[in-house]
Amino acid sequence: MSEYGMIIDYKYCTGCHTCEVACRKEKDIPLDEWGIKLFEVGPDELKGKWYWNFIPLPSDYCDLCHDRIKAGKKASCEFHCLANCIEIVRIEELSAKMIEYGNSVTCFIP
Amino acid sequence: MIRDRKDRGKNAWKQVTWEEALDLIEEKVNYIKENYGAEACFTIQGTGREVILYAPAYASAVLGTPIFTTALSGDSCYGPRCAVGDYQFGAGYPELDYAAFFPDRYDNPQYEVPKYILIWGKNPIYSSGDGFFGHAIIDLMKRGSKLIVVDPRVIWLATRADYHLQLRPSTDAAVALGLLNVVISEDLYDHDFVENWCFGFKDLAKRAAEYPPERVEEISWVPKETLIAAARAFATNAPSSVAWGLALDMQANGIQAGYAIMSLAAICGYIDVPGGITLTMPASFMGKWRYDTFGFLPDELKGKYIDDPSYGAHNAGSPQGHQSHPDLIVEMLETEKPWKLRMLWILGANFLSAQGAMPRRFYEAYSKLDFVVTQDVFMNPTAMALADVMLPLTMVGEHEGIALPHFGRNTHLLGAINKAVDEGDCKSDVEIMILAGKRLNPDLWPWDTPAEFFTSQIQTKYDWTFEDLQNDVIYQQEYVYKKYEKGLMRPDGKLGFNTPTGKVELKSTIYPGWGEDALPYFEEPLYGPNSSPMVMEEFPLILTTGGRNITFFHSEHRQIPSMREINPWPKVTIHPKTAAKYGIQNGDWVCIENPMGSFIQKAKVAKEVDPRVVHAEHGWWFPEQDAEVPNLFGAFKSNPNLCVPQKKIGKLGYGAPYKGIVCKIYKVDGLDG
Repeated sequence: MSEYGMIIDYKYCTGCHTCEVACRKEKDIPLDEWGIKLFEVGPDELKGKWYWNFIPLPSDYCDLCHDRIKAGKKASCEFHCLANCIEIVRIEELSAKMIEYGNSVTCFIP
Repeated sequence: MIRDRKDRGKNAWKQVTWEEALDLIEEKVNYIKENYGAEACFTIQGTGREVILYAPAYASAVLGTPIFTTALSGDSCYGPRCAVGDYQFGAGYPELDYAAFFPDRYDNPQYEVPKYILIWGKNPIYSSGDGFFGHAIIDLMKRGSKLIVVDPRVIWLATRADYHLQLRPSTDAAVALGLLNVVISEDLYDHDFVENWCFGFKDLAKRAAEYPPERVEEISWVPKETLIAAARAFATNAPSSVAWGLALDMQANGIQAGYAIMSLAAICGYIDVPGGITLTMPASFMGKWRYDTFGFLPDELKGKYIDDPSYGAHNAGSPQGHQSHPDLIVEMLETEKPWKLRMLWILGANFLSAQGAMPRRFYEAYSKLDFVVTQDVFMNPTAMALADVMLPLTMVGEHEGIALPHFGRNTHLLGAINKAVDEGDCKSDVEIMILAGKRLNPDLWPWDTPAEFFTSQIQTKYDWTFEDLQNDVIYQQEYVYKKYEKGLMRPDGKLGFNTPTGKVELKSTIYPGWGEDALPYFEEPLYGPNSSPMVMEEFPLILTTGGRNITFFHSEHRQIPSMREINPWPKVTIHPKTAAKYGIQNGDWVCIENPMGSFIQKAKVAKEVDPRVVHAEHGWWFPEQDAEVPNLFGAFKSNPNLCVPQKKIGKLGYGAPYKGIVCKIYKVDGLDG
């Protein structure tokens, strides 16, 4: 079981794909595979309002950059995220952190 | 690399040493200057890269010619907005205050978070235009800023906005006048600022009265309820701010639209206040070695830049110095009048793929030149089609340089570019400029290295060196708010703004001298439901182009596998209803056609656009395809500029209809039709 989890504050995810490229470079992943992949839903109208969300989903390559975190760095996707909407936190802190982020937030434990 | 002139368009390059390439340039340029005069040479520049700081110097201080230009019809990028800043405020580029001047950023005690940000014709998340860090909008949203988005597309920010004004492309001036109408008629403006620091309010109010929300809805498709609510939110929540974008430049009516938007911000009291719009004097760290190099020219050459006296805002003294007018340069190449241009130095421009409207016409006109030099990081269609010498450039991590946002017109910092790796036999724009300058114009080029050059420029204002900057990484300028109350907006130290009236000119005292209305007004785009109903019978959709794609910068990056993997093909966005009407499904190849020409992209069926509008991506070519003429990497297959006319520009010389034309669409079998 991982010691860490990845929070995505997806109300702010702008779909910039930076996490995908940062991960690919960090882990040297070939082009036909991926370490984290961006998913897109929308734009569409729900209850008379626009709905358009992006969420990056980590793959089996993802170890939450274990070595970087042990060296005191941020995970590569977290470090490069332009919207600062990815945060890797200790697994026991996940729910408290998610409450802080409020709505439209999810977490992954890859 | 060099290539025989008769082999242009063929992949017949010969690798030579830098010495040999520079020998050839020196010999050819000196021959042309001796026989036809320096004014037979010119430079053309791309955008958003380091070399635009040096392009005017390549013309004036290296080649010794007064002619430097771009390929963009109506110089419709940044210049028009700068003209509004210049003539209305007597200042540099008006920018959203995102605390960029402060080392402690948003935590600075002077700073306030804007309550509303009016994002107009700009998708800053994907464009980060002109040195503005687009994701600062996210920083501000997290700190409480709300959004009003004016855009024909449902950009992602529009789905996060309190108000989205989804206007018909190129009706921005009408929408801005409609907002002014509401703010003035409901008395929501800042009386103190208007009375003390604005000129011509009564006349502006009269003009705005001609644009009631009902009329604006008819013109722009923006529901009057949305317009009224957005106007109220913007005006009654101080401070609020504006982030205005390229879409305003890319329409013939653009200066008027920008003028009306800045008038709106001014009467609401949002100019030069914390969390409003920042203004600085238009001076830059590198200013002494940019447009100022024009001063090195002999007097008999200074009058030989190419512009039209009627293009008042673009002409002498404009924000772009003595930049020659791109549309006139195309005509000059074609007619060889008033003289024949013979030599061109292309600086970071792939104008057959981006910038050039009617790119086939560009190809024909520019093929007439005797000698063409280009420098770039990658081979591209324009270099393959036209160049006789191609100089390979280093990338950003491979050289020493400087970076400054807003080209010196609202410059919160000067940054050092530090060399991190050293690969290949390439050089930087600055290194080439110094080497070529020493050969062609040695008196002006005493420096041996970029560091020496930068230090000498920095020391026109400061007492530190480029090496100091390299160690500190950035130098941040100080910012003072409400400079107009402190005598800091005018060189003479008087209070107010550096305009003829000393105030923000809501009514221009300058434009009438150029035959232009003193007040902002709406003019229908060249093609559209109200201006060309006959044309629209055959071409019933409005075509807007050029919305950014996160993985590419204009015509760049198609050869980078990790970028192309994300966006493999050019996409035209079509509303599901419209797609169904024409039997088009997501992923189908679609031809987009109008009287100017046609191009092919892949359908993205999505509600991002109104059913009456389609949006096509720009800058596409295919590095993986046949490089040679006639294919030229597929340069004429997916380029929306094939449908954009030349020289249908604004009265003041600025603005062209890249973002508001018409088309029909139909399904085709593939990229080749």
